[in-house]
Amino acid sequence: MIGYIDKIREVSRKLLTEEKVDMVIGYRKGSLPMMTEPCFVKRPEDVDTLVWDSNCRINLAAYLMDRKEKIGIIAKGCDSRNIINHLVENKIKREQLVIIGAPCKGMIDKKTVTQQFGQEIDEYQETEDQITVKGGGVEKTFQKVDVLQENCAICNHRNPVEYDELVGDLVEEQVDVDRYEDIRRIEAMDIDEKWNFFEDILSTCIRCYACRNACPLCYCPTCFVDESKPQWVGKGNDPADTRTFHFLRAFHCAGRCTDCGACERACPMDIPVRLFTKKLGKDCLELYGWEAGLNPDQRPPLDTFKPDDPEVGIK
Amino acid sequence: MGNLLEYMGIERDRLHFSWVSSAEASKFITVVKEVTASVKALGPAKKFVKDRRQVS
Repeated sequence: MIGYIDKIREVSRKLLTEEKVDMVIGYRKGSLPMMTEPCFVKRPEDVDTLVWDSNCRINLAAYLMDRKEKIGIIAKGCDSRNIINHLVENKIKREQLVIIGAPCKGMIDKKTVTQQFGQEIDEYQETEDQITVKGGGVEKTFQKVDVLQENCAICNHRNPVEYDELVGDLVEEQVDVDRYEDIRRIEAMDIDEKWNFFEDILSTCIRCYACRNACPLCYCPTCFVDESKPQWVGKGNDPADTRTFHFLRAFHCAGRCTDCGACERACPMDIPVRLFTKKLGKDCLELYGWEAGLNPDQRPPLDTFKPDDPEVGIK
Repeated sequence: MGNLLEYMGIERDRLHFSWVSSAEASKFITVVKEVTASVKALGPAKKFVKDRRQVS
């Protein structure tokens, strides 16, 4: 996977030189080790700023909404599914896009590595299967599979679903991953246990809305939490308001969430926000056999009616 | 939506959905009876309630 960068630069340079796109959205080195940031490359001579490693966690689809230019975009499995979501929701046109597919074996979780390393990380290197971090005179090597982001470890769509260019060979999809083990554990709790479990999880929420801002699905011009006429939900951190925010945000992502993990990565308080969206993902799969972002020609379950829809909870 | 509410710890029987046509008076009565009965059985909702002192 680490060898993609030459091909990424080559494809991007070609697209920009031939003026097939106005810009390429990709990753560049971040200001800290193990961080990359999204970048918009507009000139062929700048393509060398693009990078690719196991820290390209950010979902680039979040930068596509309502763009007018022609865009080349690097897409992992999850990004490509979110791009398809945007196509379905008319946030961008397919003709505007050149999707540069990057088959992905999972991105590593910086929080896990930092925790296990116990020092500030000054230097970072990686090979195909391993990463090595250095800092404070200490060096430690991790196997990538041990420090993957949780959503990557259980990912079953590693290859881009749709692409025009491919920067490496397609990778083997993970089969037999148990995607919903944690959700089933919560479902098995009794009603007060559930309530207290989430009360505890959400108690640290500072309502910074980083999860919402990082999410490629959350593109409403005015979010319901920001509206004041009417004010749907209180703006402080009263537990009832915090709960309302998380509940409704998750519900707005029902049948759309691709479990890219952007919300959880963005959370400064390490709240496992994905527990909400994953539950809805599980319901959509079980009730409608639906996984988001796999087919641009299919309407999502929540905006279609079929006579044989399961009527859960309707009397 | 009921599923997610239950998942978060709100009793399933607090939320009811039904299709009732304006011509279905008897169905309407049945539904209302069912709703009130199941909500009464659950008792007052203590979750999602803000303390008055904090609100004012």
